[in-house]
Amino acid sequence: MTSGSSEKSAAKDSTGSPATGLGGGSGMQLIVPLQGVVQGSGGIVLGSLIPCALFYVLQLYLKRNRSPSPPPSPSDDGSWETHAISRSPSRNVLSPRGSSGHAAVSSRASSIAKSGGSPYFVGSRKCSEDPYHPIDNPDGVIQLGLAENHLSLDLIGDWLAKHMKDSVLNEQRGLGGLSISRLAAYQPFDGLMELKMGVAGFMGQAVGGSVSFDPSQIVLTAGATPAIEILSFCLADPGNAFLVPSPYYPGYDRNMRWRAGIELIPVPCRSMDNFVLNIALLERSYNQAKKRGVKVRAILFSNPSNPVGNLLSRETLHDLIDFATEKNIHVIADEVFAASTYGNEEFVSIAEVMNTHEFDMSRIHIIYGLSKDLSIPGFRIGLIYSFNEHLLAAASKLSRFSSVSVPTQHLVISMLTDTKFITEYIKMNRERLRVMYELLVNGLQQLGIECAKSSGGFYCWADMSKFMKSYSEKGEFELWKDMLNLAKIHATPGLACHCIEPGWFRLCFTTLTQKDIPVVIERIKRVTYRH
Amino acid sequence: MPQYKLLSRKAACNTHGQDSSYFLGWQEYERNPFDPSTNPTGIIQMGLAENQVNLKLQYGQIFASVFIRASMQLSFDLIESWLESHHDAAGLRQDGALVFRELALFQDYHGLPDFKKALADFMGELRGTKVAFEPDKLVLTAGATSANETLMFCLVDPGDAFLLPTPYYPGFDRDLKWRTGAEIVPIHCSSSNGFQITKTALEKAYRHARKRHLSVKGVLITNPSNHLGTTTTHRELDILLDFVIAKNIHLISDEIYSGTTFAVPQFISVMEALKGRNEGDVSDRVHVVYSLSKDLGLPGFRVGAIYSNNSAVVAAATKMSSFALVSSQTQHLLAALLGDKEFTRNYIAENKKRMKRRHDRLVRGFSSVGIECLKSNAGLFCWMDMRHLIRSNTFEGEMELWKKMVYQVGLNISPGSSCHCREPGWFRVCFANMSVATLDLAIRRLGEFVTTGRAWRQH
Repeated sequence: MTSGSSEKSAAKDSTGSPATGLGGGSGMQLIVPLQGVVQGSGGIVLGSLIPCALFYVLQLYLKRNRSPSPPPSPSDDGSWETHAISRSPSRNVLSPRGSSGHAAVSSRASSIAKSGGSPYFVGSRKCSEDPYHPIDNPDGVIQLGLAENHLSLDLIGDWLAKHMKDSVLNEQRGLGGLSISRLAAYQPFDGLMELKMGVAGFMGQAVGGSVSFDPSQIVLTAGATPAIEILSFCLADPGNAFLVPSPYYPGYDRNMRWRAGIELIPVPCRSMDNFVLNIALLERSYNQAKKRGVKVRAILFSNPSNPVGNLLSRETLHDLIDFATEKNIHVIADEVFAASTYGNEEFVSIAEVMNTHEFDMSRIHIIYGLSKDLSIPGFRIGLIYSFNEHLLAAASKLSRFSSVSVPTQHLVISMLTDTKFITEYIKMNRERLRVMYELLVNGLQQLGIECAKSSGGFYCWADMSKFMKSYSEKGEFELWKDMLNLAKIHATPGLACHCIEPGWFRLCFTTLTQKDIPVVIERIKRVTYRH
Repeated sequence: MPQYKLLSRKAACNTHGQDSSYFLGWQEYERNPFDPSTNPTGIIQMGLAENQVNLKLQYGQIFASVFIRASMQLSFDLIESWLESHHDAAGLRQDGALVFRELALFQDYHGLPDFKKALADFMGELRGTKVAFEPDKLVLTAGATSANETLMFCLVDPGDAFLLPTPYYPGFDRDLKWRTGAEIVPIHCSSSNGFQITKTALEKAYRHARKRHLSVKGVLITNPSNHLGTTTTHRELDILLDFVIAKNIHLISDEIYSGTTFAVPQFISVMEALKGRNEGDVSDRVHVVYSLSKDLGLPGFRVGAIYSNNSAVVAAATKMSSFALVSSQTQHLLAALLGDKEFTRNYIAENKKRMKRRHDRLVRGFSSVGIECLKSNAGLFCWMDMRHLIRSNTFEGEMELWKKMVYQVGLNISPGSSCHCREPGWFRVCFANMSVATLDLAIRRLGEFVTTGRAWRQH
């Protein structure tokens, strides 16, 4: 592949220092091989055709060489559920793609439209067709694959009930009013400054004040999902790769592959390390990629981790940054569960590590949002936090495609400004998470199911391998089916998260009430007794 | 330590689709914005102004501006009074009960059913109920910007091309091409026939694309047109349909200004023209983009939609909308607002009246100082003919005139070259985003410039 050549052809940067290629911390160049070409009159065609042709070739290569990998994974949220396409795709889609001018949909669209036919979507479908309800439908399917936090919605509901009583059009934003004159005009696509300030404050509260986040380093987006896609478009070219410690959030496969064309290379973590990243394995994955001619542009990890729920220590974060510096790549920290911690371990944001050490900050980026920590996924508030001003400039331009709705911004601003409420909320939410987590973990333990040590997030990461008929992917799949059909529980199997050890299951506990826990345990018995 | 700058090509390619001329004008406006009381000699914003925060340009840092684009400010009061009397909708309530919980958790990319139904009905009403829109064929996105881009992702592979009639909205150069890798080939329209789309022009553009070895995947029109302010005629729609049938390509109709038609001829949606024509399964290849930003004057709400008969497109676009979902709170609010049919009918009718009045005032005023506009019946702008005022029939001449407009006359209007118009001397002027007094002042200033040949303000 030609990944190496673009590196060497990097133009001189604005300070005039020559490119030094990979490896060196100094002289990192802005890769603009097309800029000169595009500005020249004749170069536009070449400038667009050559990378496009390469992209095409790469796509063909990837398609042919992709092993029968796991089918597109269900993500945390219910919106992954797809209805079967009601009529077969028009014949144009199926016609030979080679002929130009045939009005097929794009190849991107074809593959995206087809995704979702995998067996894992069956689970989500069954949940919506036959949802469990303690009174109305006690025998229904219990959904443990959806990461919604129901535990503290009442707190937010109460706040809203109190504060939206007044006139909706209240000019004072402190009461969540919708001031029409502010709504009328276009607003900055990357979010109102007041919301950036509010979220920066929230992030600071989430980490217990150990970091002060700067609102001017924030680009707001309609959820963390577009935030991570925008980051992918800005940090990498199609065909490049990110290293991702596995098991990882299944949604990454969609967010980065679909349109940005990023390859995700799992870096397997092991149960004996409690699934904490091992730098040696990271190094190995990097080298393997290099040998294949794939250009790695970043490491992406979630912290607190989805699905495992463990936290990265300061040392590990240091090591990660050292590694990234050495390889001259970016670090993307997905910290969406930062305020949802409940263990005795202290959550350390990568921003905190940045503050205390002499690192090149411009390679560090944080993904955040209010969907998990404030339980408002429907309102679509996410963000990129970066120390790289060029990245911020590029991302804020791209945020026009995924802007946060202004009335929602106003509503959330008023909520976040009430810092007393937020502090209380975070505290109570943490406590409720802890209680529910412990209940489920203990219940599972009674059945002989051990969970990985979690200190944050919405899940138990449970080892059910001893209940598989065979210690294999097939065994795990069979067990998953039994869970769904016999126990009528929908849980996320480890394979969907690219876990290298079969038999691990992700169980979300935040949609349950305390009364539901014994029901869940009884249901799981239907499966554990059989094996 | 030197700053780390290793970004992707897309991120690095800052200059993509940006025209420096109107950013310059915008910057000038920012430096010296008109205000009737505090700055009566400032620059009046009548042009295209992009909202680009933290955008690094060759002219330096530009921050958020107040006035944007063709924005609708004529009828806020109507929406304001509706919101005042409908606390439930804005207050996350339904029949008095707080529905916060359901809304807070709702992130289904199929959209809130009530809202989609209300939106589909509203779209049908705008078309005089000649076309019925089915909610299942609607995909919600955070704004038309996102809808257009998503549709591109669905229809083109990198390097494919779409044909667009000129003049066209400059934002397309960015929105349609940036991340999708698509190319735009212009269909050049001329003043000789009022810039209407002809078969010849379409064929020419198609041939030109083929010469550049680009695979043409479709045509995209804006109906009513931005920047012309005219609705697409039935004849043009037939020509377009004939063309896409013959070439077996797609047709996208960006109808975000459909509710702003204030005079005859009536607005004809491409969906209406499609009725009775299904040669070669063309109905599978015709798609509509819509948004509430222009018709309802709510750009900040970020509500856009793709409408398509093609189930593969709907399926793919629905999933892609994960990257640009509309806030559930907003969907809830608008479901109620759009569901109030009496309100929407009244709003559309009243808004059209006000727009016609404002449009006529501008056209009369400009005409009185010797500047004619293309006869228009829709949109929030006029297409001004200033060819007689440019020193030479070239784009340099147009730029020179434009600079005079911005720096000396104090009016920021958009030059035709920024929207790929082939004939120098045409400018776009917005009329819906300022007060009557400001409009009159703009006319006065223009008049002084034209008649005295001197700037109203010496530089």
